Amino acid sequence: MKLAVCINHVPDTAAKITFAADGKNIDKTGITFVLNPYDEIAIEECLRLKEKNGGEVIAISLGGDVHKETLRKALAMGVDKVVLLKDDSPRDSSSVARGLADYLKEISPDIIFFGKQSVDSDDAAVGTMVAEMLGLPSVSVAVKLEITNGTAIAEREIEGGKEKVQTALPAVFTAQKGLNEPRYPSLKGIMAAKSKPIEEKVPAAAQPKVEIVALRKPPSKSAGKIVGTDASAVPELVRLLHEEAKVI
Amino acid sequence: MKIIAVAEQRDNKFKKSAFEVVRTARTLADQTGGEVIALVIGSQVQAIAGELGGYGAQRVLAVQQPKLEKYSSTAYSKVIAEVVKKEQAAVAIFSATAMGKDCAPRVAVKLDAGIGSDCIALKVEGENIIATRPVYGGKALTDIKILSAVKVFTLRPNVFPTGMSNSTAASVEVADIPLTDSDFTSLAVETTQASGKLDVAEADIIVSGGRGLKAAENFKMIEDLAGAIGGAVGASRAVVDAGWRPHSEQVGQTGKTVSPSLYVAVAISGAIQHLAGMSSSKYIVAINKDKDAPIFQTADYGIIADAFEIVPVLTQEIKKLLGK
Repeated sequence: MKLAVCINHVPDTAAKITFAADGKNIDKTGITFVLNPYDEIAIEECLRLKEKNGGEVIAISLGGDVHKETLRKALAMGVDKVVLLKDDSPRDSSSVARGLADYLKEISPDIIFFGKQSVDSDDAAVGTMVAEMLGLPSVSVAVKLEITNGTAIAEREIEGGKEKVQTALPAVFTAQKGLNEPRYPSLKGIMAAKSKPIEEKVPAAAQPKVEIVALRKPPSKSAGKIVGTDASAVPELVRLLHEEAKVI
Repeated sequence: MKIIAVAEQRDNKFKKSAFEVVRTARTLADQTGGEVIALVIGSQVQAIAGELGGYGAQRVLAVQQPKLEKYSSTAYSKVIAEVVKKEQAAVAIFSATAMGKDCAPRVAVKLDAGIGSDCIALKVEGENIIATRPVYGGKALTDIKILSAVKVFTLRPNVFPTGMSNSTAASVEVADIPLTDSDFTSLAVETTQASGKLDVAEADIIVSGGRGLKAAENFKMIEDLAGAIGGAVGASRAVVDAGWRPHSEQVGQTGKTVSPSLYVAVAISGAIQHLAGMSSSKYIVAINKDKDAPIFQTADYGIIADAFEIVPVLTQEIKKLLGK
């Protein structure tokens, strides 16, 4: 089974975001970048599918040289091969998807995995766009996956419940938290990853279809009201919610 | 300019977010001299589709076939793209629900269009529509412009108004979009609804508990408060990781993003990743015994006290107010 997983290098979710002078980018100084948390779950699912079915797992990332750090994390977890599609020009979801799809078409995987979204852009679009570009079926936000005889049954989260989706293979899946618990890389894996090769290719240039006009702070909230410090404050809280906020 | 408003239905009922999409399309159309065409897909949707007229759709298209009863990523996106092309529409708007977020990217690729996902505002500026969307888990906002001829937007649920329906029933045109089996390569085969519980992603009031509740059993008072106030139960990541509550209740960066009218955070400290999930709530109440908990900086109203002291009293007072 040939498994491909597309991964991204993103600011840690605990990072404090500050803004660059151009008003369109974040200030990257002092920010720790990590493997996108949902992609970690995607890698884990591919490793488990390989352990069950045999085959190989290839991790791919599109971006600048810094993405190599994240590709090494994938190697440390146990993927067989990693590829950097090297381009550090700004790309939107559709141009990232195009770069990944072009490469994935060459290698023809049986299963392609993504995290459900990157925690920087939060677009949740690339995985499904790649599926469309490759003419493949897909299931997004998968919390469970079973593969039997070339058919996949995935469970995905929907409002108020779950949906079971059937697809033939090859197919694209995007991983949601709960699909699995990713393994910690072993020390041996981490050491070995340092010297494994990273294949590099240059993707074709693709024009972004979305332009960022501004990147800014959300409007700050004015200070709230501390209504009290014991149970005697409760009636006043209820009154405020009813009469002032009018939400109950 | 024609705007296709994709109105989601499940089990032949419109979600509130469908009305939000139609109303938003109407607002854009009014500002640009455009026309709103609402689109409903399913197996027997002609009967319900007319309701969309009340929210501002000038025309309503129903595409119905037995095989479309359940959602199919490949088939639904084909239908929507075909309609956009037939109508030569410039804009397609979806709600950023599970269905919309799955379908819109495919439609965007089919139409060679850029996509603005999970938007919280859309503004007409001259020739352009500027969309505002949260990024970095809501720690920042971007204003974006889509450069392609066709533009696709998904709207964060519960942020855009539906307005009041003026009860105009629009006449429904049944549109024929031919589909074959090969269009259904991914197909939902079964949907299970969590029995009775209101989903955090769709609730207008959420009562959420954090690790300060100390044990899974103590969530009973959260459930009681949620029941009294008519809300859903939410949970912080710590509580889900500890196995006290299911992941479907998790609010936060690796859980659900919610925008209720009222979010009550009980014994939740307010870590950045939690705020990422609920900061677009209209009103936030925090109950926490730690006066330095970061949640108090985001809350509109707070009580600095032990949750065990406050929550049962709050449930009583709510019941009194609501005459229960």
